[in-house]
Amino acid sequence: MDVVMLSRLQFAAATMFHFLFVPLTLGLSALVAYMETRYVKTGDETYLNMTKFWGKLFLINFALGVVTGITLEFQFGTNWSRYSAYMGDIFGSLLAIEASLAFFLESTFIGIWIFGWKKLSKKAHATVMWLVAGAGNISAVWILLANGWMQQPVGFTIRNGRAELTDFLAVVTNPFGLLEIVHTIPSAFLLSAFFIMGISAWHLLKKEHIDFFTRSFNIGLVVGLVTSLVVVITGDLHAVHVTRTQPAKLAAMESHWETQAQAPIVLFAIPDEANEGNKIEIGSLPGVLSFLGHHDFNATVTGLRDIPKDERPPVLPTFVSFRTMVALGTLFPLLTIVGMFLRKRLLESRWYLWTMLLAIPLPYLAMEMGWVLAEVGRQPWIVYGLLKTAAAASPIAEAQVMTTLVGFILVYGLLGIAGFYLIANFAGKGPQTASENS
Amino acid sequence: MLLQSVWFFLWGLLWAVFFMTDGFDMGIGSLYPLLGKSERDKHMMIHAMGPMWDGNEVWLITAGGVTFAAFPLVYAVMFSSLYSALMLILFALILRGVSFEFRNKVESAAWKKVWDTCIFLGSFLPALLFGVAFGNIFQGIPFDGDGVYQGTLLTLLNPYGLLAGVLFVCLFVMHGALWLAIRTDGDLAERAARLAGKLWPVLTGVAVVFLVATFIFTSLYDNYLATPVLFLVPLVAVAGLVGIRYFLMQQAFFKAWFSSAATIVACTFFGVIGLFPSLFPSSIDTAFSLTAFNASSSPLTLQIMLIVVVLFIPVVLAYQIWAYKLFSGKVTDDDLAHEETY
Ligand code: HDD
Ligand code: HEM
Ligand code: HEM
Repeated sequence: MDVVMLSRLQFAAATMFHFLFVPLTLGLSALVAYMETRYVKTGDETYLNMTKFWGKLFLINFALGVVTGITLEFQFGTNWSRYSAYMGDIFGSLLAIEASLAFFLESTFIGIWIFGWKKLSKKAHATVMWLVAGAGNISAVWILLANGWMQQPVGFTIRNGRAELTDFLAVVTNPFGLLEIVHTIPSAFLLSAFFIMGISAWHLLKKEHIDFFTRSFNIGLVVGLVTSLVVVITGDLHAVHVTRTQPAKLAAMESHWETQAQAPIVLFAIPDEANEGNKIEIGSLPGVLSFLGHHDFNATVTGLRDIPKDERPPVLPTFVSFRTMVALGTLFPLLTIVGMFLRKRLLESRWYLWTMLLAIPLPYLAMEMGWVLAEVGRQPWIVYGLLKTAAAASPIAEAQVMTTLVGFILVYGLLGIAGFYLIANFAGKGPQTASENS
Repeated sequence: MLLQSVWFFLWGLLWAVFFMTDGFDMGIGSLYPLLGKSERDKHMMIHAMGPMWDGNEVWLITAGGVTFAAFPLVYAVMFSSLYSALMLILFALILRGVSFEFRNKVESAAWKKVWDTCIFLGSFLPALLFGVAFGNIFQGIPFDGDGVYQGTLLTLLNPYGLLAGVLFVCLFVMHGALWLAIRTDGDLAERAARLAGKLWPVLTGVAVVFLVATFIFTSLYDNYLATPVLFLVPLVAVAGLVGIRYFLMQQAFFKAWFSSAATIVACTFFGVIGLFPSLFPSSIDTAFSLTAFNASSSPLTLQIMLIVVVLFIPVVLAYQIWAYKLFSGKVTDDDLAHEETY
């Protein structure tokens, strides 16, 4: 394998691992802040216990999010130095703004939150958690704008052999980036809501701390219902935008080979890249792809055959990841709507509680699939239409990258096991003040 | 020109603040096996930096981000040239970060031992390697006109680079010992203060050797000889060193710590000023060197970033100082008993 391929694998491993922890940080922080505010407002001890219980799970997750983020910040330089030199004028500033606006706030105030229970008033302590939650989400906004720029570069000109900034406003209002924001952040809240519901379901199945976990479940349910609908809507807008800006990605998402009007969607297919078609196609719905892509049943949709071979993304991963995400995206609103009907008799609805417990990993899967789609579907470009991934890697020795790739897999693997073990362990134990509470 | 020079010094300032703040965390971690005799000692040491280490580490992230934004070419060539060293630092910092969170979550001696080792390695290795990296930058790095590095990891482990590494370790350990003297109590605080006293002659000796070696191995002094008034900066470093000794004798640990902070900042600026206008000099041919003028971003990006930094860094400083004040007292047993903390 060459340096480019190894660096791609390493970057993919590092970002996907980082993103196992990011969504819970984004969503759970705000929900913990909400619980603490409820405690301050009502004086109800259960809310305090909720803050502490969910807060502890949040903190273990947060620690892993922080440490895996640090390597990412430097990997553009270590592994993608050609990219960095070419794009740094624009991309670097978004990363630097993220650090000075958001990371400082987040990291400083999380220390205060952890260690400041006795040093601050109740109200101030709750405010600190809101700052942490806000900062995390601000950081997401900037990093997604940065990623959005790689998907749809705007506001620049090519000068001195590199991309130079000409219009900062265009960069921060880039539609691709904005769509990523309104799609990804609600997904993160959706994931957090399912996390809360799943763990609550476990304890409700065991009939422990019933009041505590019924209330927790209901918070998750409301947030889950709203966000699962938002995610579908913004996902649809996203797809429309991708159709317009990245036709190759759209074609690969649908394994759509023939350019045609009233383009169909196939329910099931096995892409066959060598023969430029699908091996098996089952259930074709005419016009639906045209409608999804252009909101018009008669519109023409470009097929992969009309895209030069060296500008086509790998079809199979793009296709599978999109299918998986959409299938799950359809399932989540259903699950929460059912929950709305059952919420008065949760304890008796054991099959539903089991389902929600088992559903914990699904939003994780959906989010990882979303990124695979966004990033693999953008290939062979690292910056769409501007710079190819193959031209972006650092001029370094293969052995170096091989060594660190193995290091990443080993270290991250062990950390992941330790981290999820701790989360599962504390989640299973339930809240500390067990006896007074149930 | 002016904008680029301003950014050059802001770049130096970010590194200086990172070393000044996270320096004591790395120092405490390096002292962890030595001073952390009992479980309570260890707990205390973690608590002494617990509320701030994460906020301190962000100065590194910002230094990295600002290098990317203001000097993209430096970001690209520096981090790919120093690939193995930087990756080692990053892995070490990962281990340090999770250790604090993980260590006390399971009641098992073996589990704690694993994370104790990680706290030490995650603090000592970065302290040493940051020194080695900067020592090598002061000397010049073997990279060609295409920004391709021509050495190996071992190239970096030359005598001058290692000397700089030792200097950094001594500086940070001193800084950490003083912080422990401020924030812990009883036997631990006394041992930390005594250690700082014993370390002082070592640190001073290493610093003197370093200044001489710098004259032999690098051209950092050229800027000083051209503008002698700049010698004030290394003088501040020397004054800081003297201050550490003086305030240690008076048992005024806060003042000793501030002196140590001044030493660290002045040492960093001694190097940065000596480098100017180079950020990343090439030892193959100075024509390949990356400078504030040939490696910077466009004026528009530099301007926007300047506005961001001028608006937000003072705010960051304000709330970080507030956080330090909030946790300026000694860690008590009551604090340790609080189960939400690490
Ligand atoms: C949509 C959100 C999102 C995305 C796409 C990324 N991150 Fe991230 N990152 C966060 C959302 C986030 C966060 C929620 O803000 C984290 C997670 C845990 C935390 O502490 O903050 C974080 C932490 C975090 C940290 C540690 C900050 C600290 O010490 O507090 C760094 C340096 C990065 N990230 C850098 C990156 C880079 C270079 C990315 C691109 C490849 C990236 N992140 C993708
Ligand atoms: C702002 C955030 C991000 C940026 C700037 C970014 C940028 C990049 C870059 C430079 C590469 C390497 C070149 C390539 O192979 O495409 C890459 C690959 C990849 N990234 Fe991202 N990425 C970001 C976030 C993420 C996240 C959060 C994930 C998922 C969790 C992700 C998933 C991937 C995957 C799966 C690849 C491999 C694609 C392939 O090799 O075909 N990315 N991305
Ligand atoms: C029916 C529902 C959904 C549709 C139509 C949809 C659509 C899309 C599209 C078109 C993209 C690609 C954007 C790109 O190319 O960059 C995308 C990306 C993504 N999706 Fe979805 N999605 C849906 C559901 C979900 C769900 C349920 C989740 C997670 C809980 C999710 C998480 C993501 C993430 C994290 C990304 C990558 C970031 C981004 O580009 O926004 N999506 N989605």
